[in-house]
Amino acid sequence: MEEFAQFLSLLASTVRLSMPLILCALAGLFAERAGVVDIGLEGKMLAAAFAAGSAAAVSGSAWLGLVAAVAVSVVFALIHAFACVTHKGNQVVSGMALNVLAVGLTAVLAFAWFREGGQTPALQGAARFAPLELPFVQTLSGVPVLGPIYARLISGHNALVYLTLAAIPLVSFVVFRTRFGLRLRAVGENPHAVDTAGISVAWLRYRAMLCCGVLCGVAGSYLATAMASAFQREMTAGKGFLALAALIFGKWMPVPTVLACLLFAFADALQGRLQGVALPGIGVVPVQAIQALPYILTVLLLAGFVGKAVAPKASGVPYAKEK
Amino acid sequence: MDAPALRLTGIDKHFGPVHANRSVDLSVAKGSIHGIVGENGAGKSTLMGVVYGYHTADQGSIEVDGKPVRIAAPQDAIAAGIGMVHQHFMLVENFTVLENVLLGAEGGALLAKGRARARAELERLAREYGLSVDLDAKIEDLHVGAQQRVEILKALYRGARILILDEPTAVLTPQEADKLFELLALWRDQGRTVLLITHKLREILAVTDRVTVMRQGAIVATRETAATNREELAELMVGRRVALRVPKGSAAPGAEILRVENLVCADGRKTERLRGVSFAVRAGEIVGIAGVSGNGQSELLEALAGLRPIAGGRILYKGEALPAPGDPARAKQARARAIAHVPEDRHRMGMVVAFPAYETAILGYHDDAELAEGPLLSEARATARCDKLMGQFDVRPADPRLKSGKFSGGNQQKIVLGREIDRDPDLLLVGQPTRGVDIGAIEFIHRRLVELRDRGKAVLLVSCELDEILALADRILTVCDGRIVGEVAAAEADERRIGLMMAGIAA
Repeated sequence: MEEFAQFLSLLASTVRLSMPLILCALAGLFAERAGVVDIGLEGKMLAAAFAAGSAAAVSGSAWLGLVAAVAVSVVFALIHAFACVTHKGNQVVSGMALNVLAVGLTAVLAFAWFREGGQTPALQGAARFAPLELPFVQTLSGVPVLGPIYARLISGHNALVYLTLAAIPLVSFVVFRTRFGLRLRAVGENPHAVDTAGISVAWLRYRAMLCCGVLCGVAGSYLATAMASAFQREMTAGKGFLALAALIFGKWMPVPTVLACLLFAFADALQGRLQGVALPGIGVVPVQAIQALPYILTVLLLAGFVGKAVAPKASGVPYAKEK
Repeated sequence: MDAPALRLTGIDKHFGPVHANRSVDLSVAKGSIHGIVGENGAGKSTLMGVVYGYHTADQGSIEVDGKPVRIAAPQDAIAAGIGMVHQHFMLVENFTVLENVLLGAEGGALLAKGRARARAELERLAREYGLSVDLDAKIEDLHVGAQQRVEILKALYRGARILILDEPTAVLTPQEADKLFELLALWRDQGRTVLLITHKLREILAVTDRVTVMRQGAIVATRETAATNREELAELMVGRRVALRVPKGSAAPGAEILRVENLVCADGRKTERLRGVSFAVRAGEIVGIAGVSGNGQSELLEALAGLRPIAGGRILYKGEALPAPGDPARAKQARARAIAHVPEDRHRMGMVVAFPAYETAILGYHDDAELAEGPLLSEARATARCDKLMGQFDVRPADPRLKSGKFSGGNQQKIVLGREIDRDPDLLLVGQPTRGVDIGAIEFIHRRLVELRDRGKAVLLVSCELDEILALADRILTVCDGRIVGEVAAAEADERRIGLMMAGIAA
């Protein structure tokens, strides 16, 4: 029973750790399906985390923090779109520029505004997204197996987790069942076809980047006001890139991408648990090696197991009409 | 008399320094098939791009059915009842046929309803016009003829009354082309208007009612098709008299240079593209490989040039097997043994577009001792060689430092052909020598190929232009689906017979 409880809590922390990855990967899905390689997910998320942390600290409301995070992330996304859609700049370079900008700007502003060494003040009460208890937890608590699963794995997460879980089928629906989704998928494959079908390529890509910005904003807010209780410098720690890797691993399809995120998150949760534990036959592994686990997993998966990942064909290419 | 279906007045368009259209006036009668001919770069595609809203004209106005319309984007053209079948299909390759037709005409924010309606309507159109295509097939799985039907269905589904077809027969067998022309005639009889852009004079004469000739961005003449002929049109296009068929005596084949036995080749997806091909090429003859593109010709050329591993069979050159198929050094060895190769896709394989001409002119021969200066490559010598080549092959402008991509198609091809012929090869492998090349340059290139033959060299010519094969080859092999399905001597060849073979119907 003890192992079962541990396993459940491992899974529950997998869910919690996967949220920013999932949000970010879905954000990347919009961008890349539309033909914009978004290496700037990390920067958008970091800027959003800072905005969430600051706004929540000042206003005392996590929801206002969320609004601020989404707004800042959308601004970043629009700058990215302005550079690489309107002005046909290099998508990777402009995305990377946003990443660098976010790292520097958030630290400087945090220091200037709050003077806590680059952090935002610790959040309490309504300034954070607190775990919610779903109905019937008490009623079901007596049921074996299902009771604990419901109480510890399904219930007890914060509002953003449930929001994200709802976003997954929604994104899938939008991408595959709506007019916008059809055009989105088309513009990432052959923007010329979209243009000659009488649809504006630029406007379509801008809308995709807006979706991307919103999702990254939620991811950032999750980091600063739900998972942690303040913004910390460089708190994204490569999650944006990990999300990008999950997107490739999931072949730009929503559900496989989410599963890839869960896998990475599971590795992350596992490394948290393995620290300091003596493994049979190996002994205690240095903590750094354990912490590297999710990243090593990423490299291995992308190198060996992903098979041939076929990116949207026009991804990475600014659209210009042929003469 | 009715107002013309389409009237263009004073259309002017610049692309940077290039004056692509010079105050073009054009009137297209309703219910007619109107041809537009001109060489590459004459401004035909730009003009049609303006009509379709893909380009915006600097000046000029457009009237549809007598009413002025403002066409700033393709949706304006579509709304005005103009549809276009582009030369390079505007299709999303990993979408189904249905999704491609729906794109831009979804009929609502959710797809389900529009999907059902489009399916019914497309089935009706397909029945009415014989445009059968599997609506649920992905574009990438369809052959080019079917892809073109999708493009046509797209235009029809949007209710096009004026249809523009840009080089529609480039990818079709002669029989498929004839079928397309029947369809065009049917539309005309239904009162639709068709604009046919092509560089094939045969087609213009066969189907159009009226033809407009463009040269250097301007319209030089409009003729009733019945009152003109090939020679006149060619002269109008080029601005001088041209020989449509280079004079050529009969061949005097000598020793066997190349023998291919049971050659099998697979493509990147492990699909067999050549399924046991055998033939021989002798010194002093041009052997033409005819066929619709995508039937194994490209793989054949690449295998012979040493660029593609072979999965079976063998290649004998001057009686010896070429070493180690698939060895990356083989292309180099082939060159060293006087096999020259003018690839089909010159932008991808024949040259580096971003290099200056003199670098393109030494590609593959860059380690010639003659070009070296100690351990270094001598730019001066490379430039000098290119200069000489440009003189011999009439490349314009004769500027070795100009970027390769800045030359016109014909001049690019002359550089590539010059580079290969200059080495006096015993075997020349040449693919699509005149694709994207203007008529004047075609004549020049054809003369050079015949000249090479007359010097006793072997030439293997792959071309999807049947006219070209008929004009040059001494023997014609027809390929279909990776097999040689027939061989005819040039004297006995006719278009119809070869066309049937190309379609795999009969030998």
